[in-house]
Amino acid sequence: MARIIVITSGKGGVGKTTTSAALAMGLAQRGNRTAVIDFDVGLRNLDLIMGCERRVVYDFVNVINGEANLNQALIRDKRADGLFVLPASQTRDKEALTKEGVGQVLDELSQTFDYVICDSPAGIEHGANMAMYYADDAVVVTNPEVSSVRDSDRMLGILSSKSRRAETSAEPIREYLLLTRYSPERVANGEMLSVEDVQEILSLNLLGVVPESKSVLNASNAGVPVILDCESDAGLAYGDMVSRYLGEDVPHRFLDVQKKGFFSRLFRG
Amino acid sequence: MGLLDYFRSSRSRGSASVAKERLQILVAHDRAERHRPSYLPKLQREILEVIRRYVEVDMNAVSVNYEQEDSREILELNIVLPDAAHQ
Repeated sequence: MARIIVITSGKGGVGKTTTSAALAMGLAQRGNRTAVIDFDVGLRNLDLIMGCERRVVYDFVNVINGEANLNQALIRDKRADGLFVLPASQTRDKEALTKEGVGQVLDELSQTFDYVICDSPAGIEHGANMAMYYADDAVVVTNPEVSSVRDSDRMLGILSSKSRRAETSAEPIREYLLLTRYSPERVANGEMLSVEDVQEILSLNLLGVVPESKSVLNASNAGVPVILDCESDAGLAYGDMVSRYLGEDVPHRFLDVQKKGFFSRLFRG
Repeated sequence: MGLLDYFRSSRSRGSASVAKERLQILVAHDRAERHRPSYLPKLQREILEVIRRYVEVDMNAVSVNYEQEDSREILELNIVLPDAAHQ
């Protein structure tokens, strides 16, 4: 039985797809068979972030409609064993994802995979509801910014009332907070909500804090999940996130302003 | 960081704390709203219809308030009748 993880946020542009790609890659690197599904029907993006956009033949909706089977649609990642991408359809018919169809695909994946990651679209519409409905775990991606925090709280309400686990009164979804685009300098200046502030409002299990980093854009430019960039703090923070998800006790890094050395201070422009 | 920057940043200190305060109020409000039974707006409309059969009141005459405490729920109905109705 696979564990089904939804990456969600409510608000757009906070880093859901970046996080989905990183978590999927990280879990696969640690030897787990992992599938990552793009639920953003009409606005397919995960394939670009994973760098497999030119290998898309069939998509999620083709599988639901019986036009292709799962093995035809799943794209095998060339960097990590046991990592597969199921791309979204570019159809404009948002209702193409039916609850039954999604359930069947997840059931089939569950038989051979350890983890299935559902990359949710922004908003609280049909696609987002489908992405979270069958989830066992939810990673709520949040920026330290008012509208993102508010939307995350709304999303938590939806997870606890409209998911399958809520409807069947099963054990509730395990909810985690991932704070992204965090800038310790701005927090130190009192210009940005701190981890503690966001935690106080959302009170979730903190899975990680990813600092604002140029490496995220570089990684998406290249189609390489940022977690593979072990030189960058964002890549390392995502690595820590995966370890924490798997139950390791890893201290949080990159929360404080990096002290500048004497020379870098001297030669700063 | 120059001396001027120091003063500037200390003056702007607090936009994060404003954000936090606003969020705390907003989120508390959103959560209270979320736990209200979904039938409340309909209940309010129907009560208003019944009252209007007898008394001429405006749309804001009926307010429905719902509160939840540890072991009890309070549904509070407040109906404001116009002065003329007393005669």
